[in-house]
Amino acid sequence: MLKAIILIGGPQKGTRFRPLSFEVPKPLFPVAGVPMLQHHIEACAQVPDMKEIILIGFYQPNDELNRFISSAQQELKIPIRYLQEFAALGTGGGIYHFRDQILSGGPAAFFLMNADVCSEFPLQEMLRFHRQHGENHCGVLLGTTANRTQSLNYGCIVENHETNEVLHFVEKPSTFVSDIINCGIYLFTPDIFGHIGTVFQRNQQERIQEELTNGKQMHEVIRLEQDIFTTLAGQKKLLVYKTQHFWSQIKSAGSAIYASRLYLKQYHQTHPERLATNQDGTPKIIGDVYIHPTANIDPSAVLGPNVSVGKGVTIGGGVRVRESIILHGAMLQDHCCVLNSIVGWDSTVGKWARVEGTPSDPNPNDPYAKIDSETLFRDGGLTPSITILGCNVNIPSEVIIRNSIVLPHKDLNRSFQNQIIL
Amino acid sequence: MKALILVGGYGTRLRPLTLTVPKPLVEFCNKPILLHQVEALVKAGVRHVILAVSYMSELLEREMRAQEQRLGIKISLSHEKEPLGTAGPLALARELLTDNEEPFFVLNSDVICDFPFEDMLRFHQQHGREGTIVVTKVEEPSKYGVVVYEGDTGRIHRFVEKPQVFVSNKINAGMYIFSPAMLRRIQVRIDANTISEKHCHFIWNFQKYIYFFNCFWMDIGQPKDFLTGMCMYLQSVRQQAPERLRTGPGFLGNVLVDPTAVIGENCTIGPNVTIGAGVVLEDGVRVKRCTVLKGAHIRSHSWLESCIVGWSSSVGQWVRMENVTVLGEDVIVNDELYINGANVLPHKSIADSVPEPRIIM
Repeated sequence: MLKAIILIGGPQKGTRFRPLSFEVPKPLFPVAGVPMLQHHIEACAQVPDMKEIILIGFYQPNDELNRFISSAQQELKIPIRYLQEFAALGTGGGIYHFRDQILSGGPAAFFLMNADVCSEFPLQEMLRFHRQHGENHCGVLLGTTANRTQSLNYGCIVENHETNEVLHFVEKPSTFVSDIINCGIYLFTPDIFGHIGTVFQRNQQERIQEELTNGKQMHEVIRLEQDIFTTLAGQKKLLVYKTQHFWSQIKSAGSAIYASRLYLKQYHQTHPERLATNQDGTPKIIGDVYIHPTANIDPSAVLGPNVSVGKGVTIGGGVRVRESIILHGAMLQDHCCVLNSIVGWDSTVGKWARVEGTPSDPNPNDPYAKIDSETLFRDGGLTPSITILGCNVNIPSEVIIRNSIVLPHKDLNRSFQNQIIL
Repeated sequence: MKALILVGGYGTRLRPLTLTVPKPLVEFCNKPILLHQVEALVKAGVRHVILAVSYMSELLEREMRAQEQRLGIKISLSHEKEPLGTAGPLALARELLTDNEEPFFVLNSDVICDFPFEDMLRFHQQHGREGTIVVTKVEEPSKYGVVVYEGDTGRIHRFVEKPQVFVSNKINAGMYIFSPAMLRRIQVRIDANTISEKHCHFIWNFQKYIYFFNCFWMDIGQPKDFLTGMCMYLQSVRQQAPERLRTGPGFLGNVLVDPTAVIGENCTIGPNVTIGAGVVLEDGVRVKRCTVLKGAHIRSHSWLESCIVGWSSSVGQWVRMENVTVLGEDVIVNDELYINGANVLPHKSIADSVPEPRIIM
């Protein structure tokens, strides 16, 4: 029997996803038409013998999360529950804290994954790989190839090519170590808790000392990558399973659009019913497009490639949308043009307006290039990136909003370029 | 009566349009600039127009033959081997201008206004002196030649060319009437290189009067002013001949449309738009404060403000063009681009957005 744990983080995390994360917890942000988490959950539900899915994070329980969980449970017919950490305990601390719940029922192994990754989730292949490699190891890390420069932004794995063992692991090194990077998707046996426990005890000693001198109470934060993997590497305890299928982090709004594109492409195999098609009386569709059934779109609009249209969206005549996400309730009026942008919930884009961002896609000529997590500012100016309209933003007719981020509940009255509009 | 129109130079400030067509033939509100002036002169009794030209004179010559026929007047060309400024052409055309004692007009070819030629003539005949200079009031005098004169007597104190500090807001409007006697007094040393703007002052050493002109006036020698002049001209059409303007649903303010142009559905055109012959505007196009020259094609859902679209150019779908973008002849702009203040040379294809003003060669 197997279980799956998804780490969903909390409000202090995912700040690069603002202003979108003001309205909805990042793991629930729609990517390719469905909440980010749903892609993980659908993949887990496909694995035979999957008994339950546990979400661990430090969000306060809210309506949005609860609604999502109950509807996902119903749809996919698998128990899902949310365990709230009392404080941010780190990628290892959370699962250690809840280890009894995770191990209840005696699962042979459990998957652990980060919510903010976009992946093909080769879970069954990982399971097969795990079973093929005997009993010694307590964890399988999913790895993928990155180019040399970008590998420095991730956890780097050095592999023994014959045994697939992890020889060395280092998180975000400053010099090149390996081009195999950690995907944030793992398969562990219950033995992993023994190792985490050891680290936990050791940290306890240090923590008590710290508290005595500082007077401040420290929480038992354990980071899987820095604290556990670095120690276990080279001891034949960890294996790496390499995949060449698509994988990306979703740290910023720009990467949400990129991830949408990857998932939309995957729908051809997994969910063809989610892709819009060209028919009489419907808008012209180019490439992969998701349209929620309640969206109302004029037949003279042209959508795609890589467009997701949410619930209750209205799109007027002669509108052009490309490489964008249009969130629930938004309205795009006649003749407007939305490119490389995210239009927030209930926002309005006026007639003939132009909302345009700059794509931050990885270099298409490099098969191992990953999307960059750009800093917000560069050389004293805002880095050109996806244009984001927060929730309930009104863009008047005939203006251009380019490379800008507009915070929620704002009514604009003129054009803006390269700005954050508070 | 005669008139001398100083066509002269290369029209470099109106590039890229003047790379294909000589400036006097560029259509301003659907009529070649020169023709606006010639028709007004004919109306005031001019029967012989002399064009002082130096550039592309063959093209001009051909066009002028056609106009000669149509208007029933004589048009001569005075060839400058190279541009001779303002005094030079006068000297060069002396023979033609002094064969009788009638006064003659002199015009700068870049000037568009509600030409006051009849009034000027009456004024000139009344005061009986050797010359009449038209001045007009402008908001930004530092771009022009400023005239400092006594308001009541009309006596001129001095001329200041493009003053950096404010001297006066009355400028030389580029329109004059001179008597042949004045012309005979110019020492003409046609050592072509030495005839320059400085020699203008020779002319001013005679008795002349200021005619103050109050209606709209514009020097349309560069794109920004071309568009401002267009707005002024269309406003004067609204006052004098409103039936020439196009009205109805989808048309705002002053819009001039050639009868052979085709306009699609759900367009909103204007205010201040000129659409030339054979132009096609597809559905859902929004055009404001633009000149669209002959044969151009604007595809659906595009948005244009303050642009000049060159002859036979094609603007794609969902394009946004603004900020005095000028497309030369036969330019293609691909779909979904943003063009901000681009100056595009003829026969060029634009495949990428131009977010900041620049020249595309």
